[in-house]
Order: sequence, then C-alpha cells, then structure tokens
Amino acid sequence: MTTKQRKTGLVFFPAFDWAISPTHPEREERLLYTQDQVFEEGLLDFENIIEYKPGMAAAEDINRIHICVPDVKSVTTESHLISAGGAITAGKKVLDGEVDNAFALVRPPGHHAMTVVHGNRGFCNVNIEAIMVEYIRKHYGHKRVAIIDTDCHHGDGTQEIYWHDPDTLYISIHQDGRTLYPGSGFPDEFGGPNALGTTINIPLPPRTSEEGFLYVLDNLILPILDDFKPDLVVNSAGQDNHYTDPITDMRFSAQGYAILNDRLNPDIAVLEGGYSVETALPYINVGIILAMAGIDYSYVTEPDYNAETIRQSSDITKYIEREVELIHDLWKNRNDQKAKLNRSQEFITRNKSIYYDTDGINEEQRETVRLCDDCGGLVTIDSRANFMDRIFAVIVPRRSCPACRQKGEEIFESTGRQTFIHVYFQDRDKDIFIVK
Amino acid sequence: MILGIDVGGTHTDAVLINDMKVIKTAKVSTNHENLIDSFQKITDEILLDENIDALERIVLSTTMSTNAIVQGKVDKVGMILANGPGLAPSHLKINENTQFVSGYVNHRGIKIAETNKSEVASIRDRFREAHIRHVGIVGKFSTRNPELETRIADMIDNDFIHLSFGHRMSGNLNYPRRIATTYLNAAIWTTYNSFVTEVLKFIESIKSDVPTYILKADGGTSEITQSAKYPVGTILSGPAASIMGILSLAEGTEDAIALDIGGTTTDIAIFADGVPLLEPFGVTIEGHKTLTRGLRSQSIGVGGDSKVQYENDTLMIGPERVGPAAAFGGAHPTPTDAMILLGLTDIGDRFMAETAVTRIADKMGVTVEEAARTIFERSCQKIASSVTDMITEVNNKPVYTIHEILEGKKVVPQVLYVVGGPAEPMAARLGELLNCTPFIPRHAEVANAIGAALARTTAEITVLADTEKKLLTIVEEGIQQSITSKFSREDGLFICREKLRERAIKMGAQENDIEMEIIEDQVFNMVRGYYTTGKNIRLKAQIKPGLIAGFGKEAIQ
Repeated sequence: MTTKQRKTGLVFFPAFDWAISPTHPEREERLLYTQDQVFEEGLLDFENIIEYKPGMAAAEDINRIHICVPDVKSVTTESHLISAGGAITAGKKVLDGEVDNAFALVRPPGHHAMTVVHGNRGFCNVNIEAIMVEYIRKHYGHKRVAIIDTDCHHGDGTQEIYWHDPDTLYISIHQDGRTLYPGSGFPDEFGGPNALGTTINIPLPPRTSEEGFLYVLDNLILPILDDFKPDLVVNSAGQDNHYTDPITDMRFSAQGYAILNDRLNPDIAVLEGGYSVETALPYINVGIILAMAGIDYSYVTEPDYNAETIRQSSDITKYIEREVELIHDLWKNRNDQKAKLNRSQEFITRNKSIYYDTDGINEEQRETVRLCDDCGGLVTIDSRANFMDRIFAVIVPRRSCPACRQKGEEIFESTGRQTFIHVYFQDRDKDIFIVK
Repeated sequence: MILGIDVGGTHTDAVLINDMKVIKTAKVSTNHENLIDSFQKITDEILLDENIDALERIVLSTTMSTNAIVQGKVDKVGMILANGPGLAPSHLKINENTQFVSGYVNHRGIKIAETNKSEVASIRDRFREAHIRHVGIVGKFSTRNPELETRIADMIDNDFIHLSFGHRMSGNLNYPRRIATTYLNAAIWTTYNSFVTEVLKFIESIKSDVPTYILKADGGTSEITQSAKYPVGTILSGPAASIMGILSLAEGTEDAIALDIGGTTTDIAIFADGVPLLEPFGVTIEGHKTLTRGLRSQSIGVGGDSKVQYENDTLMIGPERVGPAAAFGGAHPTPTDAMILLGLTDIGDRFMAETAVTRIADKMGVTVEEAARTIFERSCQKIASSVTDMITEVNNKPVYTIHEILEGKKVVPQVLYVVGGPAEPMAARLGELLNCTPFIPRHAEVANAIGAALARTTAEITVLADTEKKLLTIVEEGIQQSITSKFSREDGLFICREKLRERAIKMGAQENDIEMEIIEDQVFNMVRGYYTTGKNIRLKAQIKPGLIAGFGKEAIQ
C-alpha cells in the first residue's frame, strides 16, 4: 500500500430519519453500524481526516443535468438535496484545495437516475455524481472526468447521462446484467456515436472475488485511465459486491475495496449502493477512508473473513482474463470504430423503454442526437410516463458547436405545448434552463 | 455557607458564600510542591473567626491531576488491548507496556472471539517483571459489551494495585480515546487517591461531616471519595472553574461568549441558552485525546502581556509572553502598555510604557499614539476573529438527520462576558467587534473559586437496548440485563432517567439539583432479509453543567 498520507475530506450523512419504506434496504439503519465503526476507530481524530457538513443542492444544480418532470420539487425530497449537496461539498473541498481527496458517505444513492426523472428507479431519484461533476465544471472550469462505478449494479443512469459526452469516461464494473438488476451494462454498450469509447462496461460473473476485481483494475481500468488522462477521477463507490450483500451474488471484501481505492486513488468517492448494513458496510467504509487518507488499512477485515471460502473458481479467473483482453482491444480500436460509423444522416434516433422499479413507472422515450464532429451533439428527448404526461426536452451540450446550438434553439422555438405538458430547454454550455 | 477553593497555577483563591452573597475572599500563593499545603493554608485563613457549624459544603477545584500528567509524575501502566480488526496496532500503542490480546466484540456488542487465558497469564508475568502495579484493560466496542474486559480481569488473577476498565470511562465510542483515557486514569490513580486521603484527613480535623466535592472537567462536581474511583474525570478542571465562575456571576439564559483574558493567553468559552458548551468527544491533555467530558474552551496566544514586535512590515502580537508589560519593568512593549498610553487604564509606569511603544512607532513610522491605537485594535481583532471562528465551528458541527440540517439550533451570542486583567479596557471594543453587549462581572478576581463553590453535580448515562439480542446495556454502571422483545423506547427512557438519578445521587447530587435532559434518543428497526427482527434503541441522558438550586436566576452579589 502507499505510505504517503493524504488529507481526506469526509462528508458523512447517514440520514437517520429517512427511508424509502420501513423494511426497504434503503432505510434509516443503513449507515448506523458504519457510523459506529467510524466513530469507534477514532477516524475523525486523525489530523488528516476532516469531516464536513453537507450542503444542500439547489434546484439549479439539478436542472443543470436533469429534466425533472414536472419539476425538481415534485421528484425530490430534502434527503435527495442533501445527498447531492453532500457530493457537491466533497467536490468543492477537493477543488478548493482544502483536502487532497474526499469521500461523500451519503445516502440515498443516485447512479440509476437518468437524464429525465419521472420518479425513483433502483432506489435513486437524482444522479448525485453527475450533479457534482457538472457543479464542478460550472464553477471550476472544464474538466475531463473519469467516473469509475464499482457498484455491483450497472450504473445505467450515469451511463445514459454521459452517453454522448466525449469528455466524460464512464467505466462500470458490475455483476453480469443477465443475473442482476437493471439487466444492462454489456461490453457492446460503448458510448453514443459522438462519444464512442467513453462508456466502458465490464460485467463480471457471479462469485467473482478479490482476485478478479483487482485483476480488472490493474489490467484494464488503470491502463484505460492512463490513456484517457482525466483531470478528475470519481469513484462511484457502491459496496454491494461484498460477499455478504443480501441482494447480489459477488465475493468482494473490505480489504479488497480498500486496495482498490488505494490503487485507483480517486479524487472523490461517492457512496452508491451496498445493503449488507451490519457485516459489510462498517468494514468497507473504514477501509476506504483509511486507504484514501493513506493510513495503514492492512488490519481492516470482516470478523468472519476467510479468503479460502470466498475464492473464485479457476473458470471465473479464465473468463475474466479473456473478457479483459476483449474489452481492452475494443478500447484500443475505439477511434477506428468511430471512423467506420455511417455519418451520412444528420440525426440518429433510439427508442427506449425505461422502467422505474421503485415507483412502478413505465417511461417511453425517443432520444435523438445530432451527429457532430465538433461537440457532444445536440440531444432531444420525447418522453412519456405511464402513457400520460408527455414532455419534450432540448439539450445543448457543454462546449457546443455553433451548429448544434442554433439547431437546438430553433427546435425549442418551434416546439409548442399542444402535444407536451412541458417543453424544456437545457443549455449546458451557457447554464440556462427554460421551461415552457 | 459554602466554601469554594480554586488551587490555580499561580494563586489559590477561596470564597465563602452565604445567602447569595460573597461574604469573604482570600488569596495565597500556590505551593506547587505541596498542593495540600495551599489548600490547608487558605482554608485556615478564610474560616478563621467563622462559625464552622454553618458550613454546608466545601468544593475544591485543583490542578492535582492535570499537574501529575503535565509534569509526568505518573505511574507505569500495563495496557492490555483487545483490539480486533480495524486500525493497525501501531496507531493504538500508547506506551512501551502496551500488549495486544485476541478477543473481539463487534459494533453490536456481539463477542466474535474469546481472549485466551494463557496469553493473559504471560502478559501478567511480563508486567510483574517490569514492576508494573497499575493495569488498564480496554476492548474495542467494550461500551457495547463490557464482558470481555471483565473476563480478562478475571484471568489476570489480580495482585495489582489497581485495574482501570475502558468501559467505565465513558459510554461514547472512540477506541483510541478510550485507550488514552483508561491509561491516564490508571497512571494518576495512586497520586490522586493519596491526595484525596490527605484532603479528607484535613477536613475531618475541622468538621467531619461536611460534604466535600471536587470539580470535574465538565464543570460539574463529584463527591470527593467517588471522584477517587475515576481520577481522570478531574483533569483540566481549571478552565472549567473559570467558565462556571463567569456563569455564576452572569445572569440570563441567552447565547453568550465568555472571555478570560490573562497575561499570556485568552480563554474563550461559549454558552448556548446560558449553558456552557461541552467538547464534542472529550478533552485533550498533553496531546492525549480523551473521552473525559469537558467544557469546550479554546486558548489563544493573546493576552495583556503578549510581546509586541514589528518585523518585515508586520505588527505581531504574541503568541509568546516575555515577562510583564514594559510599564511594570518588562523588556518588551505589550498590549497593556498600549492601553495605558490610550488612557484606557491607569496602572503601571506611563513613561516606561511610552518608551517601549515608541520603539514600535519608530519602526512603523507613525506617532506613538497611532502605534498604541494599532496595537490595541489588532489585539482586539485577533481575539474577536478567534471567537468568530469558534462560533462558526460550533454552528458547522456535522449532524446526521435531515431534521437537524433543516431545524438545527444556531448559536448567536448577544452578550459578551469578560474577566481577567485587561477586561475593563478591552471589553467595550470587543463588544463592538463581536456585536454583543459587553459585561464585566463583579468578583471576577475570584471567579474560579465561586464557580467551583456553586457548580452542581453532573452525570451522564447511556442506555442501549437491542431487542433482537434481548439485551439491555448501561455501560457506565457495568449493567447488562436481559429484556423481552417487546422492550420499548418508553421503557428505555424510564430506566435511563432512573439510573441517571441513582448515579447522580451516588456522586453527591442533591435531589433538587437533578435536572435531567435526554441528549440522544434514537430507535432503529433492525431488518434482516425483508423482516424486522428487532429494535436498536439508543438513549443517553445527562445532568448538564449548571449551578446548584437557588443560584443562577440572578447574578451573585
């Protein structure tokens, strides 16, 4: 492990008075034992670990990246604003240079939340990492950002938000979508036509253990990061790959999470899922905090840890080695692939059905992107939830080219409210948000 | 009639209080070699010609424990740590006699591994060989289940003078602090206990049945024989005496700032609704962060005698003090000298003050008066900005519920209490800078002794009920008992109040001083799979620092 101590900011917000429902995994108790362990280990007494109170995200912070239907207030509670605000606080402390890195240990999570928000899916309403990243870009200038999502579930929300963004590399490592919610995240989901290669999915077979995760980190994720050269690395730090997690089937450990964070060395980590509240989270979180702060974490283990009983099979090892090679090739050839795309049409459209499992909402969506060599491309979204409220959104990308901007303004101008309950104009370049 | 005594760093002060009035004060120099001597001397002096039978209580504030630690006059302590997984042992080792044993309790108080009898026996032998007579036993999460610590004690086959248990130090979590607190408790145990024996012998010689108390770091009192069980509770009672003194000389229940401006430093304390704030985790002494409850205070290096220099176009005030003010024969100009020149105070030799400040004025290229004004202003600003920082820190304290984020109390002081030598000349300007009404209490010169005299007994208790394990733990009292799965928060609150009352009475509290407050009240459903398997109930109650019944409504005369 590294022996260099780092100054680490900790934004701890367990929201002890908020739950989706009393017995839901996302409930009051979730970070209770983590708090106990962090307090008992005396982590807050270390000179280089500084605790910060979370701020509250404002509606404008959310409107910068989401289209909330009908508005922010209707789809969020205070808890979401504090959770997103906590991520922003962590980011600010790092960018202001008060600390070297920061961990937002907050709930509820956000990585299943997509651009358009009709309600809660996969325990998430708004995407707290994306809100943080865009806050940073707005207030601290342009940044190439890499988001490494180590949650056991595919972060389909974060993927969707950055699908067309060539400046944001999204890498997700998760349990194979054929065996777990949300059922997506395969290697061929590789980014939109204007941003091919900046979405990387690494599905892992059930029962992958430390060996497999760290192999993927060392042989795939770190080399890709070396190529991409991000200004900022964010770990979307889900903790449900743990061998005791009740809703997944992986075999990662607290020690493994600590090593992963030590090697990945993220600027900012943000808690996502992880529902083994008693036997995993306390140890994983202590491990991550120590690793980020550069303090010896080698004694952090679960009381019942036994490397032998959770070791992955040799078949899994072989499978992962092969997959890593395949995805690495895909990455190395991304530019050739992009060159081969048919660029004769001006727009590419895809139709999506999005299911909000928590709130039972069915969304039908038609997303159109303008093929563009000069920016991420103008995006329009026509969305309808439960065959009722239909909205239309025009999204001008950050660092947009004049053509995409002009086109976007024209479309917004000419789209009326005859068909849609609301028409939204989100100008990510000039940070303008208009609703009609 | 109440006798309050403060054995301070320089002076030992005493006050006799009767019927809301200070009827007599006394002051002697402290004999550092023999604190008992100072105590006896001042008691003899102040009680001379007084009716001893009218004496209802004696309260003593002493630097005994603090001095023992600061001067390193401590006993060798053998530490046995049942640490389990987590922080590396190198971060937990407190001295060369720290030994680690297997055995581990987790965050829920479930014993995961047992300690081995033979390893404890071999540690015991090693301690004996090293002539260690005091032992501390500290387990991680022993506040959740003290059984492992007591089992280790049983295995030791005790012939040591004293065993200190981690779980008895505090109900709060923080293993490194628990280790430090237990270590200090064991290290000063013998010194403190012999002090108590001497005090009691002397008191018996004047009037045997008068209840005698000692002031603790949290500004509360404890009956003296009870305090001997946990000497670590009496560290840093000096700043606590000063803060309680200001409290007793003030009136009102608003948010306030208390400043004690001395020669070298200024001590800052904050009152929220008239109650002094406590340190969030515990006090720090000689670099040891502890779990000992203590009043929150901050000391900054600005005082009346701070050395003033002007170097590289910068005016510096403090942090060091090199002798007294120039007006009193000191070698360097000080804020006190500036205040003399500005006519804010009429003490010392004005000519000597002027000579010293002129040296600064020449370097600054301004008139003497301007230099004096700048020195004074800068001193006030330095104090004010530290106060503002401290209030910001208090108001930015992390909280863990949405309710507290939205509704949490903010401390907004309206009143500024100032005591100490330069209180009179500085209070008005400090009040302006801090936007508070300044107030200089009477009898400020013996505030510490008054604070000690009038402080009530404080106590804290922690009740944990785990209805899945069907177990109730009150760790400060070493209680563990079984409960049914129907045990409720209300049952817990009842027991919590009951046990706090018992504890306070045992520590010498009067029935009408027991003003209880619930400071933690949380109930969590424990869900495993999709079923609720029990409730995790966490309650904590305290008797907060304050004055004994009959005082505090109005300022003492």
